[in-house]
Amino acid sequence: MRRSAIVTREIDPAALMAEVQSTQCGAISVFAGTVRDTNDGRGVTAIDYSAYTSMAESELERILAEAQDRFGVMAIVAEHRVGALALGDVSVAIVAAHVHRAPALDCTRFVIEEIKLRVPIWKREHYADGAREWVDPTARGVATT
Amino acid sequence: MSTVTVQLFASYAESFGGPTLEIPFDPGSTVGDLVQSIRSLPGAYILPESPRVAVNRRFASFDQVVDPQDEVALIPPVAGG
Repeated sequence: MRRSAIVTREIDPAALMAEVQSTQCGAISVFAGTVRDTNDGRGVTAIDYSAYTSMAESELERILAEAQDRFGVMAIVAEHRVGALALGDVSVAIVAAHVHRAPALDCTRFVIEEIKLRVPIWKREHYADGAREWVDPTARGVATT
Repeated sequence: MSTVTVQLFASYAESFGGPTLEIPFDPGSTVGDLVQSIRSLPGAYILPESPRVAVNRRFASFDQVVDPQDEVALIPPVAGG
């Protein structure tokens, strides 16, 4: 079983766990990324996420297929949220079920690292001083109005 | 000479002033040729040395030949998660 989605609603990690749960599996690994209140020492008040949605959906699906093949997880679900997120909101969740814990844990780690490299999603942080900047993990942020 | 539509997102859309560019296009043009053309436009200062390009929703190499009907996009540094 495998499912991925780019969503505009709240992500419910518990619901994703229920999707992958099986008595055949002894482990469910859950990774949830959340909106943090600081970045590089600056106070963050919110984040806008945007995406090239059609490619983000297909790239996320390819990552999950690779992960399933690589780690042999019986079920895997991932959702990434876009739109205006508040502090503490879940921006991404990955849930993988396996007979044993090690492949389940390795799988979720693999998926989040690949998402950060390959899925065309961008975020613009809102700072406490009123500035807004696109986050560029490869360089310094680009100032915007 | 025909043109190909290049989709822009996030910081690139802001830098170039819109969600798409129409780039003049010769048969046999590659992704690298398109990037060279884009570099002459206002706003191109934002592009890194080797910007990522997607063709039909997959990352493409600079030597990939582009068809006018392809869905081409310039991909800013991704920041999901």
